[in-house]
Amino acid sequence: MTDPTAGHQGGDHERDGDPSAGPEPRDGAEEPREPRYRVIGTPSPAAARTMLAAPHPGTPGGPPEPRPRELPAEPDDPARAKRAERIVAACFLIAFLAGLGFIAAYVIFPVHSIQRVVNSNLALGLTLSLVFLGLAAGAVFWVRNVMPWVVLTEARKPLRSSEEDRAAFQETFQQGTEASQFVKRPLLRRTLIAATVPVAVAPILLLRDLGPLPRKTLDHTVWRDGMRLLNYGINRPIRPADFSSPGGMITVVPDGFQDDFNALAKAACIIIKFGPNQLEFTSKSSPVDGKVVENWTVDNIVAYSKICTHVGCPAALYEQTTHHILCPCHQSTFDATRGAKVIFGPATRALPQLPMTVDAQGFLVAKHDFTEPVGPSFWERGPST
Amino acid sequence: MTVNRAIGGTGNWLDERFRGAKGLRAVFKKLYPDHWTFLLGEIALYSFIILVLTGTFLTFFFKPSMTEVVYHGNYLKLDGLHMSEAYASTLNISFDVRGGLLMRQIHHWAADLFLAAIMVHMIRVFFTGAYRKPREVNWLIGIVLFTLGLIEGLFGYSLPDDLLSGAGLRILQGVIQSIPIVGTYGSYFLFGGQYPGHSIIPRMYILHVLLIPGLFAALIGAHIFIMYHQKHTQMPGKGRTNKNVVGAPAFPYFAAKTTALFLFVFAVVTLAGTFAQINPIWLYGPYNPLAISAGSQPDFYMGMLEGALRVMPAWQWVVFGHTFAFNVFIPGLLPLGFIFTAAALWPFIEQWITGDKTEHHINDRPRNAPTRTALGLAVIAFYGVLWAEGANDLIAQHLDISLYTVTWIARIAVIVVPILTYIIAKRVCLGLQRKDIHLMEHGVETGIIRQLPNGEFIEETRPLDDERLAKIARPEPLELPAGTTEAAAEEVPPPGMRGGIGRVKARLNKIVTETVPMNGHGANGHGPNGHGEHAAIGSGDRDQGEGDGGSDHHG
Amino acid sequence: MRAITARRRPAAGYGVILLALLVAGLCYGTITGIGSASAAARSVGSGPLTAEGKSIFNQQCASCHGLFAQGVQDTAPSLIGVGSAAVDFQVSTGRMPAKEPAAEQPRKPITFTPRMIRAVSAYIASLGGGPATPSAAEVNPSGANAGLGQQLFVASCAQCHNFVGAGGALTYGKYAPPLTKSTPRQIFEAMLTGPEAMPVFNNTTITPQEKRDIIAYITRTRTEPNPGGFSLGRVGPVTEGIVAFVGLMLFMVLASMWITAKHRKTHD
Repeated sequence: MTDPTAGHQGGDHERDGDPSAGPEPRDGAEEPREPRYRVIGTPSPAAARTMLAAPHPGTPGGPPEPRPRELPAEPDDPARAKRAERIVAACFLIAFLAGLGFIAAYVIFPVHSIQRVVNSNLALGLTLSLVFLGLAAGAVFWVRNVMPWVVLTEARKPLRSSEEDRAAFQETFQQGTEASQFVKRPLLRRTLIAATVPVAVAPILLLRDLGPLPRKTLDHTVWRDGMRLLNYGINRPIRPADFSSPGGMITVVPDGFQDDFNALAKAACIIIKFGPNQLEFTSKSSPVDGKVVENWTVDNIVAYSKICTHVGCPAALYEQTTHHILCPCHQSTFDATRGAKVIFGPATRALPQLPMTVDAQGFLVAKHDFTEPVGPSFWERGPST
Repeated sequence: MTVNRAIGGTGNWLDERFRGAKGLRAVFKKLYPDHWTFLLGEIALYSFIILVLTGTFLTFFFKPSMTEVVYHGNYLKLDGLHMSEAYASTLNISFDVRGGLLMRQIHHWAADLFLAAIMVHMIRVFFTGAYRKPREVNWLIGIVLFTLGLIEGLFGYSLPDDLLSGAGLRILQGVIQSIPIVGTYGSYFLFGGQYPGHSIIPRMYILHVLLIPGLFAALIGAHIFIMYHQKHTQMPGKGRTNKNVVGAPAFPYFAAKTTALFLFVFAVVTLAGTFAQINPIWLYGPYNPLAISAGSQPDFYMGMLEGALRVMPAWQWVVFGHTFAFNVFIPGLLPLGFIFTAAALWPFIEQWITGDKTEHHINDRPRNAPTRTALGLAVIAFYGVLWAEGANDLIAQHLDISLYTVTWIARIAVIVVPILTYIIAKRVCLGLQRKDIHLMEHGVETGIIRQLPNGEFIEETRPLDDERLAKIARPEPLELPAGTTEAAAEEVPPPGMRGGIGRVKARLNKIVTETVPMNGHGANGHGPNGHGEHAAIGSGDRDQGEGDGGSDHHG
Repeated sequence: MRAITARRRPAAGYGVILLALLVAGLCYGTITGIGSASAAARSVGSGPLTAEGKSIFNQQCASCHGLFAQGVQDTAPSLIGVGSAAVDFQVSTGRMPAKEPAAEQPRKPITFTPRMIRAVSAYIASLGGGPATPSAAEVNPSGANAGLGQQLFVASCAQCHNFVGAGGALTYGKYAPPLTKSTPRQIFEAMLTGPEAMPVFNNTTITPQEKRDIIAYITRTRTEPNPGGFSLGRVGPVTEGIVAFVGLMLFMVLASMWITAKHRKTHD
């Protein structure tokens, strides 16, 4: 039995905050209306005037008062709506046919070759696109032209809770805290906190075995004394007499590691053939940053690490005319006649030079590993040699 | 009738268990303000849903493994080559699964659209001041979503282990390695040892399909719920106040519109997946750490980081046997880190400077917050210069500019262009404000020329209609804390404005709130012809900066 | 001189001088040809083709390359020892004769007939040997291993020319040109002779068979259809990003505007 005098105070608030603004405002003429509150259960003025004893909507014992209509049932312009209805139907029909087309295309068009995938992708994609376009366009025409145009207004309640609610929450929280004894018993509190601290570290600890520690592995590559330089991809060792055209450049990898990406990511090199008197062997500047070509060449063939010292892309681009090695990622540029010294770009270190000699069979081999770490800089890396 | 009964029956069954009538009615009746810019966030949302749908399909076929296999599928050019299972399975999806290529392409286009929509949505929210109280938390969630999106996209396009994305992973590894003290450990833990190792792809996979989408689902859910609970902002206009919401109800209007938008998003990514080839990994070839292509770029949303790496001059310190690789970790961490941190702190900084602690539900027109708009545009300019530099080799190749010249231009532009943008944008905003005042004071020109009895020709104007006026007029003037004007400087300033920090705050306040004051709506006693005395715009209680407090509106 | 020609016709004196010059020139050419670094070449004899080539050379090339093809500082390199392959490449791609000095000579419509090209090639080859123009069989990629070609291409070529040979930027205004129009012979010759800034990949470093593998990869890739739709230039994510914003995002903005557009005030 509803209390006829119960209204909007206390207890159950209407939480949707809808103040029933009356007949729907028309486009262009709406004004914000003040919410009108009526105590539920009290008779409307009209009902109060009636002589009938039967329960009226809104009177005690009767059904709830019918709410005034908020949304119109029909659009304002029936002709326009009718036209739009046909357009919407056509859109949906296209979508329907396209959907069938998609199923058909899936069955009809096979894949398994480039040309077949061309056809299959086109057929499947086109039909699927039409499905979505048809549905989307139909939906928009429908909402804009078939549904009646409506603009409503409702109030915003302030987001801050009412003072009573806040007070009530505060009480509840306070009482709960007191009942839990958390504040009053420091021994419980402190031991609880202490108990949770170590296990909170557990997730971080469990990550330790994600990988080994770097130790000194960044300082070395797989190159060793006597290891042959192989022409990458072809995997053939190289004789200086074969690699004899000045301006030649090729990628080389260590023999035995030609398929090992972990090794290649540090050990890959390029060798470049120069003509006589092009390489600068004499030292002209400070020791840091490798600006001379060390006497590790064979027949004016010099070997540099291919791994850029900026962030590790292969610094592979070689311009024969300028003798520049250019890394295509961030344009670090190295001068191959001067120990791959950096002449432009973000790299700070020269490309390390691989010491080379020839073995008994006349093939190019490494003399020993690089004398400095290869690749991008890192914290533990000291100055270049 | 039976449909009705079916719905009614189901509804009844559910209601008896969940008491949903009142709650569901509230959901149905909720009003949604209607402006096209409010749909931008939904574009991102629906892109996300499409990513989950297409992504699920892809997970049925993709093998996240770096184990080496020999390819014998139907892309015959690569037959017999060694490659990772990940790459081989991607070739398989593209050439041996019906609809596989379409799903791959829709997935990738949807990812691009997702991030593009986030960017545009974020920019809209910033320039309309929709991040202000009570929406600061939502703004922060948005920034986290943006960051997660960048990472998710990076991992996603790196999964196929092709040459292009592999180069990107190498760069990622080099950047991590360069971080002082922890860099080498970070790199070894992420990659499971030396680069490239065998762990990175399976690890990225589980982050990409489980962990990050889970975070997305939770954060997007929170983002939308907060928006729902607080109600969306609205654009200034007739009948719209800070205390109401004007719009159409969710059922059926907003539901229909948002469904239409979802279908459009699906349509556009499907069209793109049909007609625009994206990420043709078969052309790039499998990854190899000693191979690289000219013109290698990451996906566009990582372009700014790439540009930062390219623009940075060679700078490092080697101290006591240790290297500070500034040339790598500064561009890797600083520009984007700065932008995101500044964006995250901005609502609070702005609140601190302006002292504005009121709720805001009406969006600002960007011109009405000149400093905010100018700062935002300057940051966008900074981002844009670095973004363009990321494609410097393609610019050099196709626009016939020397390669190094492009980088030098970028090095200078990255500092000069944002500063210029700030100055110009602020002045433009103030000028637009003056134009608005002019319109309000003098009305719109009608094009009708009349001759007065004394021979003078004037153009008739008519006052703005209510609708237009409501859009232009600023609904609430900024309330400044007392003591920010020079007139009050001789008095003792209030507590917030005292001391070193207080004076900085006062100074910043003056800059941030610089704006052309207006006298509220409507005429100031002017006639529609625009003649008559012009009262000074803005009474003397707000002493603002150069030249805009006077009556130079015919200038 | 008078002693030799005393009782001969006056023109005979000029004939002797011409003969002396010819002998001197031949000796000089032979001497400078010794020791030029290049791979062994088929011997190219002198003959009418060489002479024809020389005359074309003098008219069209000597102004930059010097009368004896010795090169002119800062203008054009020496052609002694470059071989007929280099000439065939440069002239058949239209790069030579160059119209004007530039950081790099672009491909342009050719001005020499095939016979003229053969003639000049023969002449240059006669000056100092050098890599010879490959035969049609030598450059034919049919039956070659495009998979190995792919591996070699990405290791040695893609860093300048891009994954599929779409070209790329070099320094100071130079560029690696796109390979879309290059014939198999031109590709072979370019690898062999290293035109302009391109490195040299001689036949003992990358054998003719391996070169054919690379050519097979290039020609097969460039004619391969794009199953995903329009290729967007095959340059990667930059064009994809442009399409994402200017295509997809713009479409969505327009769609959003349509969805939320108000009616014109047709009803009161």
